[in-house]
Amino acid sequence: MRLIYLDHNATTPVRPEVLEAMLPYLREHYGNASSLHTFGRTARKAVEEARGRLAHLIHAEPDDLVFTGCGSEADSMALKGVAFANRRHGSHLVTTNVEHQAVLDTCRYLAERFGFEVTYLPVDAAGLLRLDDLRQALRPDTILVSIMHANNEVGVIQPLDACADVVRDFSQQIGRRVYLHSDCVQSLGKLPIDVRRLDVDLLTFSGHKLYAPKGVGALYVREATVMDALINGGHQELNRRGGTENVAGIVALGAACALAEAEMGAEARRLAALRDRLEAGILGAIPEARVNGDAAPRLPNTLNLSIAGVDGESLLINLDLEGIAVSTGSACSSGSVEPSHVLRAMGVDKEYIRGSVRLSLGHGTSAADVDATLEVMTRVVERMRQLSPQWEDARALR
Amino acid sequence: MLTDEVLYHFKNPQHQGSIEDAEIVASVVNPACGDTLKVYVKLDGDRITDAKYKIYGCAAAVAASSVVTGMLIGKTLSEIESIKREQVSDALGGLSPTHAHTAVLAEDAVKAILRTQREKS
Repeated sequence: MRLIYLDHNATTPVRPEVLEAMLPYLREHYGNASSLHTFGRTARKAVEEARGRLAHLIHAEPDDLVFTGCGSEADSMALKGVAFANRRHGSHLVTTNVEHQAVLDTCRYLAERFGFEVTYLPVDAAGLLRLDDLRQALRPDTILVSIMHANNEVGVIQPLDACADVVRDFSQQIGRRVYLHSDCVQSLGKLPIDVRRLDVDLLTFSGHKLYAPKGVGALYVREATVMDALINGGHQELNRRGGTENVAGIVALGAACALAEAEMGAEARRLAALRDRLEAGILGAIPEARVNGDAAPRLPNTLNLSIAGVDGESLLINLDLEGIAVSTGSACSSGSVEPSHVLRAMGVDKEYIRGSVRLSLGHGTSAADVDATLEVMTRVVERMRQLSPQWEDARALR
Repeated sequence: MLTDEVLYHFKNPQHQGSIEDAEIVASVVNPACGDTLKVYVKLDGDRITDAKYKIYGCAAAVAASSVVTGMLIGKTLSEIESIKREQVSDALGGLSPTHAHTAVLAEDAVKAILRTQREKS
């Protein structure tokens, strides 16, 4: 059976070019990048080249990049690091209620264990925060704002430039910089990010959403940002993150950034065309299906669908049995379906959250994959609906 | 995590569909998650000669429906009184706490069949 992987927002395969680039650092170039001998200097050089590649992709200074173990670590470092180091200025944080768990759970931890106060901004039905809400949430004791760039579930892109303007204006009013962090895990390599224009202080990145392996991430930290380290214990990363560098992983992230920089524009157009074709096909073939997040700018590879009358998890397993890998916003736990916090925040009806699936395309996705997926989905949904008492009863009422 | 047995039954469902001239049709809903199971029962006197089901639910709920419907066939109405959630769970390789409610839904369906029959007579 031909396997079709449509879950690139969960993770991506390691591209052969990336694997090729990293392998020597798992084999002969195994030095510790902090060592002074040839082994160490070889590793150091590779780490700094990789840093340069990521810096180039986002137009940053290489020294403003800190490599981490993953995106969640970078989120945690940004939030905790700024919160703990700036408490004398206040203990208020602002974020949105559609963030990744790495941000939401860190905020909850800071609130519950350390008494920080967090304002969670709502989003509208399109999935976008309102700038007025952000403006009103800022207070003299606000120290940090964290707003994700592109949402992992629905792909909705927040107006980060405009948010940065709001935060900067407010900072000028109070005469202190309120830090702005953004989780860019889903957007790196898919959308242009330019820190020369974008007035943010901290950005989170992850390797494995970008065709590098799991276990490497990065945090962009604008110069003069006052923050604590999350991992103490060494002088690595200019004392900002202790721990021996994951040299091979960092090299892989650098290689993936170079590929992204070379291919991003054309690849984004290709993926958007494929995604639009899949979306139009499904909406044409499956009645009572709708797209979540299509009223806002979206990542080119992401399609979040709600299909009435089917359970998302059952649909996922049915597609899996046909060799198609997707994910769902409805996961069953302890007798209650734990619905996606993102779709809930967007005000999507319960039944439509229950029937939600996310298809996220990537480098390996072809037009043939899209057509096969459309055919299988149409067939599987039809079969599931025939079996659904809900669907039968709903039809009987019309 | 889904057990191998759940995946097996999900992959090879038995008795799915409806029975036009069923003597008993019973529907049960798990109010917590909205899982809905509808069972159709064909009787010959007191004995169940055929049973089919329709389901709206997660993979474990589909498997539990498949298993419990299979348990009905060939038994008399008084015999199915002994069908409990534990048997359904055991048949699915021991459901995790996360999925145990699907066996409850299956047991509820059996009770609903008996209740429907009592109300008719």
